[in-house]
Amino acid sequence: MSLMKMTAVELGSRIKSKEISAVEAARAALDQIKSVEDKVNSYVTVLDEDVVLERAARVQQEIEAGKLTGPLAGVPVAIKDNMCTEGILTTCSSKILSNFKPGFSSEAVLNLEKAGAVILGKTNMDEFAMGSTTETSYFGPTKNPWNTAHVPGGSSGGSCSAVAAGECFYALGSDTGGSIRQPSSFCGVTGIKPTYGTVSRYGLIAYGSSLDQIGPVAKDVTDCAVILDTIASYDAKDSTSVKREYDFASALKDDVKGMRIGIPKDYFGEGLDSEVKEAVLNVAKTLEKKGAIVEEFDLSLVSYAIPAYYVIASAEASSNLARFDGVKYGYRTEDYEGLHNMYKKTRSEGFGPEVKRRIMLGSFVLSSGYYDAYYLKALRTKALIKQAFDKAFASYDMILAPAAPTTAPKLGDSLSDPIKMYLGDIYTISVNLAGLPGISVPCGIDSKGLPIGAQFIGNCFDEKKIIQAAYSYEKTRDMMLSDMCV
Amino acid sequence: MSKEYEMVIGLEVHVELATKTKIFCGCSTAFGGAPNTHTCPVCTGMPGSLPVLNKQVVEYATAVGLATNCTINQNCKFDRKNYFYPDNPQNYQISQLYYPICVNGGVEIETADGGKKTIGIHEIHMEEDAGKLVHDEWGDSSLVDFNRSGVPLIEIVSEPDMRSADEVIAYLEKLRQTIQYLGASDCKLNEGSMRADVNLSIREKGQTEFGTRTETKNLNSFKAIQRAIENEKNRQIDLIEAGEKVVQETRRWDDNKEYSYPMRSKEDAQDYRYFPEPDLVPILISDEWIEDIKSRQPEFREEKMVRYAEEFDLPEYDIDIITANKKLADIFEATVAICGNPKKVSNWLMVETMFLIKDRGMDVEDISFSPENLAKLIELTQSKAINGKVAKEVFARIFDEDIDPEAYVKENGLMAVNDEGELKAVIEKVIAANPKSVEDINAGKLKAMGFLVGQTMKEMKGKADPGSVNAILKELLGLE
Repeated sequence: MSLMKMTAVELGSRIKSKEISAVEAARAALDQIKSVEDKVNSYVTVLDEDVVLERAARVQQEIEAGKLTGPLAGVPVAIKDNMCTEGILTTCSSKILSNFKPGFSSEAVLNLEKAGAVILGKTNMDEFAMGSTTETSYFGPTKNPWNTAHVPGGSSGGSCSAVAAGECFYALGSDTGGSIRQPSSFCGVTGIKPTYGTVSRYGLIAYGSSLDQIGPVAKDVTDCAVILDTIASYDAKDSTSVKREYDFASALKDDVKGMRIGIPKDYFGEGLDSEVKEAVLNVAKTLEKKGAIVEEFDLSLVSYAIPAYYVIASAEASSNLARFDGVKYGYRTEDYEGLHNMYKKTRSEGFGPEVKRRIMLGSFVLSSGYYDAYYLKALRTKALIKQAFDKAFASYDMILAPAAPTTAPKLGDSLSDPIKMYLGDIYTISVNLAGLPGISVPCGIDSKGLPIGAQFIGNCFDEKKIIQAAYSYEKTRDMMLSDMCV
Repeated sequence: MSKEYEMVIGLEVHVELATKTKIFCGCSTAFGGAPNTHTCPVCTGMPGSLPVLNKQVVEYATAVGLATNCTINQNCKFDRKNYFYPDNPQNYQISQLYYPICVNGGVEIETADGGKKTIGIHEIHMEEDAGKLVHDEWGDSSLVDFNRSGVPLIEIVSEPDMRSADEVIAYLEKLRQTIQYLGASDCKLNEGSMRADVNLSIREKGQTEFGTRTETKNLNSFKAIQRAIENEKNRQIDLIEAGEKVVQETRRWDDNKEYSYPMRSKEDAQDYRYFPEPDLVPILISDEWIEDIKSRQPEFREEKMVRYAEEFDLPEYDIDIITANKKLADIFEATVAICGNPKKVSNWLMVETMFLIKDRGMDVEDISFSPENLAKLIELTQSKAINGKVAKEVFARIFDEDIDPEAYVKENGLMAVNDEGELKAVIEKVIAANPKSVEDINAGKLKAMGFLVGQTMKEMKGKADPGSVNAILKELLGLE
């Protein structure tokens, strides 16, 4: 079996048993990047070969010295470019941060490094995580490894395509409205958006602070559970961090007997591609055969999620992105007259159109006279959506839904119609509004040869339940890998 | 002026809290320090950094709220105030708008006619301070120092209840005393740890509606506040008398030129787009926590005044001065605990200490001598080991350097000479050397006595007790 087809956990155990060295693994990943990166553009930054191999050698020494014993020691990883990495370019795929090297690393990255991760580079994304296709990146679009005429989804498109193309063994993404689950679904990989507060946001460059969560992207459920165990931690530096139980890997059990799975009827109506619908409903049938109890129910309020999300996320973004002003770091316009002109020109030149659209939208909904009508109303809607989920979880252990209404669209098809792109987030957005965990697992391939993803949604802190269900489902099918991953 | 006008004044008072670290990070709040040395990713607004609330800020704000009779919002929140300025690293300030920590309070002040009046407090909220812009005189640019960025502030917003500059000063004095007593801030106007913005309008006496108000900023002393209020009152009256309208605007006071000029009008007021700060969770202040803070409240001035009268039998005048500042009251109590003699202690504090503070251009807060040394000094004077003149000199050294008076007096040979034999011998010498003076005295010119006493003190290098010298002189000259 080719090295790059291995899961992170498989590779980790072979490094541990000395069949493969961390340096060989890093070398293999770098070679694969060299051979396919031109076609997919998964990375904004690939670290210098010397730097990566030196780090791998050091990790190998520590493994041999018995200092690093975890399942991910020596396994190469890619990090989404909105997580700070000390001394390494961190751009959020934006011109305005195109020269920014942070002075500290994000907590999730530090947790990985402590576990012996070898960082390969920083992955491409929609600018400031705003977008569903990874086409809004200042560094050009990422392409779907299954078919490079299609998008990989977004905003963690680079992380998902890197995993799908075998350019890394696993990656970190971030999910504000579906940014891990939707591209995972488009790229045929597995990704988890954990319960809000599970992974520290310290060092994650904020988009929508009340919605952002970091999570794993990998080839299978086992990898995702193990990675989540590694990156999740209570962090006093993040006030929204939660003290909770972890041990996600203990849920990797092939058993769904008696599990109650709810299928929200309102998620399977108009707008859902028939092939996607069939594939996801097949997941339900498969689990039913294995002993789960599957029922349809009405979730309600589904149509309110997208407007509520775009009001809240844009409002927070308009404030979060205010600090990018050319004063302290990042891009500053060349010619300007006075402070205001500097601000104006820097931000006009530094941000792309989708970011500007959301900053304007967010500034508008917070402005005096509109705050109550838009922002407050959106917050109330958010509370009602949470209530609807609470009601559902009183009856069901989890909810099964598509991750996206379609498979990956063609490059260029989405940007011309932003509203259509926003509507594509319909199955993922409510999960962020309610702070819930969700996992996206591949569940089939459509007639165009593109992957389809199913999403399990759990109650807050119920990651273990959805991991167990996804794992049990995964046991019924073969590993899905793109042809590019060799 | 034919009509009679009255002022309506409300204050916004910013107070820097005396926490060791900043409101949302662990950086030092110390004043001064080389630029950008008390900074970290959080208080410089680096991407990816997150705020974590300093618990002590909530304690101080709650304590001030309780001491000013406010209702504590037991479920309060922070909001973001959005505006662009280079001293504001995130381009938003974390403050409180929707659920401030304290509301609906008030303090009692004494009015000029000796009556009492309550000044309402609308709210007190917590927020972070901004950095400081420094203009680069060599290049055409400004530099930013973020040392002050993130220093905790409370903003105390009064109701428009004040009607004169005197009431404003009385209100500010009251706030300052209360906050100093709590130890929540040193409240120094000149260093900016207490800042007051004055909202002022005028109306004809007897009218109930408010006039158009202005807000005056940059007031760095009580005197400046007084001058600015008088100036603004006259400016507004002149406008109205001339048939013009007062414009709602923010004005900046220039205390050197003694006038204010407009900074910005209501029309270009910014829309701050406040919204709840998503990086911080709501603050829950439990009943237990409030009780705990209450139980640690110090004895306030009013209570102290009553106790001083009962316990120390001090005159009202002394009590007024000593309790005006907690630092002074603390030194007073500590000294009395060692050496008793409350009136003597009070005299040293009211007279010599106050004189030296003024002379050295200091603030009461800056007093650094220890009560032990003042107590020792008082004991030395009580036992007549040193005379009053020497004691004053020694006290100046205590005030400046906190020296041990016993050791100092010994080392410098300042002990009073109380040996009668020695004193008599010196006085005999003085009498022998000044026959003219003796003649004068015998002729009834008693003024010459002073000269002889002075000569004796000179011989004794000031260490004799003037009372004893007088007595022996009289005896030797047969005047008794």
